[in-house]
Order: sequence, then C-alpha cells, then structure tokens
Amino acid sequence: MYKLSVLILIASISGVFSLVASADSSNTFNRMLKPQAPANLPPAEDGLHDPDNPGTHMLQPPKEAFEGLVKAKWGNKVDWIKSIKTKKISPRHNASDAAPKPIIMNLNIVRQVKGSMPDVVFPHDRHTLLLACSNCHTGIFIPQKGANQMSMAAIMLGESCGKCHGAVAFPITTSTCKLCHSKPKAKNSVLKRSVTGS
Amino acid sequence: MVIKQNILGLGVILISLFTMMAPMKAQAEYGDVVINNYADAAEMRPAVFPHWFHRIRFNCSVCHADLGFKFGAGKNEITMAKIIEGEFCGACHNGEIAWSIENCDVCHSGISGTPTQVKGSPLRASNIAAPK
Repeated sequence: MYKLSVLILIASISGVFSLVASADSSNTFNRMLKPQAPANLPPAEDGLHDPDNPGTHMLQPPKEAFEGLVKAKWGNKVDWIKSIKTKKISPRHNASDAAPKPIIMNLNIVRQVKGSMPDVVFPHDRHTLLLACSNCHTGIFIPQKGANQMSMAAIMLGESCGKCHGAVAFPITTSTCKLCHSKPKAKNSVLKRSVTGS
Repeated sequence: MVIKQNILGLGVILISLFTMMAPMKAQAEYGDVVINNYADAAEMRPAVFPHWFHRIRFNCSVCHADLGFKFGAGKNEITMAKIIEGEFCGACHNGEIAWSIENCDVCHSGISGTPTQVKGSPLRASNIAAPK
C-alpha cells in the first residue's frame, strides 16, 4: 500500500512537471486547440455574471432547467426541437395566452451547393414551429427560388442562416454540418458541374 | 502488478485532467446576450439576457415578431424608459406575465465593462467585428 501511494505520488509529480515543462516550451502539443470550457455552469461561475451582484444568485442555474430535456452535443447541449416534439417543454406562441398554436408549414427547400458537400435541405416545418414568416421573409430571405445569395462565409459572419445559427440556434461546428447538408448528391454530379462550369 | 499499473495509470490521468482543467476559462451559456448599450455609461452592470430560460417558455416569434425585437445583440436600443412604457422586456416584465422591473440586479447582473455580445458567436471566437 505504501509503495502504491509512492508510485501515485511520483506519477502525479511527474505529470505536473511534464505539463509545466510543456507549457513553457514553444512546441506544445495541440498549440492552437483551445480546451472546451465546461458547459452550463451556474451564473455566478460562468464568467459573464458578476458574482458580487446579489441578483446573480437569484438566477436559475441552466443545468437545473435542462434536466430531462433531450440532449445534443452542441450549443447549450440541448436539442430544442426534439425537446418540443417530445413535449419535454411546451413554449407559448403568445406572450399572454397559452391557447394559440403555431401554424406549421410543411415545405422542404433543397439548395444545390457548389463543391463536394451534400446539398442543403431547409425544413420549413421546424422553423415555423418557432418563428413567424415575417422573421425571415423578406428581411433575411426573399421567398423565391434562386433569389438568395448565401455562403458559409457570410453565415459565419452572422448573415442569412447565421442570424440565428451561431447565435442561439444550433451553432456551426464540424459536428453540425450534416444537419443542413443532408441530401447526398447524385453520383458524379460534382465532377459534371466542374466540367460544364455551371 | 496489473492492479498497480492500473492505479498508476488512473493517477496520471486524474492529475493530467486536473492540470488541464485549471486554465479553462468559464463560459456563459450559449446564446446568452450581454446588452451594454448604455449600462456602463449609466454606472449599472450590463444586462444579461438568458435566451435559454426564455426559449423554454416562449417561441422565438413571441419576442422577435410580436414584440418587435430585432435579431442581433445591441440592435434594439432598449432603455428603461421604453421598458416602463411596456415596450421590449416591459411587454411581459410588468408584474402581470412576469415579475416587474423593481428587481434591477436580476437583469443588470453582468460583469461591468463586458461588451454587448451574444455568447458562443463565431464572430466572437474569431475576433471579427460584426457587420453593420
């Protein structure tokens, strides 16, 4: 037992030393990789709320609210659409009246994209579950095929889909690409496009 | 011996985890909005809007269509005068639908000097200024 604890102690010390040494060196492992911050911390520990403010301690910790909701790997780790569809939450559609329900529009828009990524399917149904038509049309999107120029660069800068995605709706990360880019291209379509130049 | 090695390995993992955790900076909840258009100048803490708390209770359209909140942190020029008149937050935070505005420090709870922003935005991660 004594030997064991000595071993653990040595391991701990060497672990700490190797990390300290690597932190001092310019050739650190994963130099550009920022470690992910822990999610859903209580307000007083989240780095944004002032812990000296009495009101901060009255706020509900997110973890408490998210208990039982459908989990996701991104954003605030909640799948909001699935949480609504499985009735884990029932957000109101009117500020003062619980009765009105959203009018769901069932229309998928397929956008053919350049490059090798699968085409984008925009599902109106889950967007109309939460939003009014006027939220997007016509301020952000013109409701007409081919009338909307968009690019991932613009989306990352907070334009078009990026007005919400990357701000409050699911963020743009490598684990969420396929949520939008979900329709596999027909075989050789990428090649054909580059050959014809269209 | 095998057990010893396992424990040794566990120790190394635990210590590495511990030392890796230390420099991690805490992050507020994804989607939280800091509104500091006027707060710093008025010597109030900036307001922090918890999106997640509200989206559990309301659809997006309630605020962003019915109440007229524009998409975008800081784009709404919200003032206490407007809130008292029943605009913006005051449409619900009036003592009828939600608690009234006497709880100043429940909203004005951010760390002073925090700029207007939405947490988790790629704009912030890459230090790119938001397009006007």
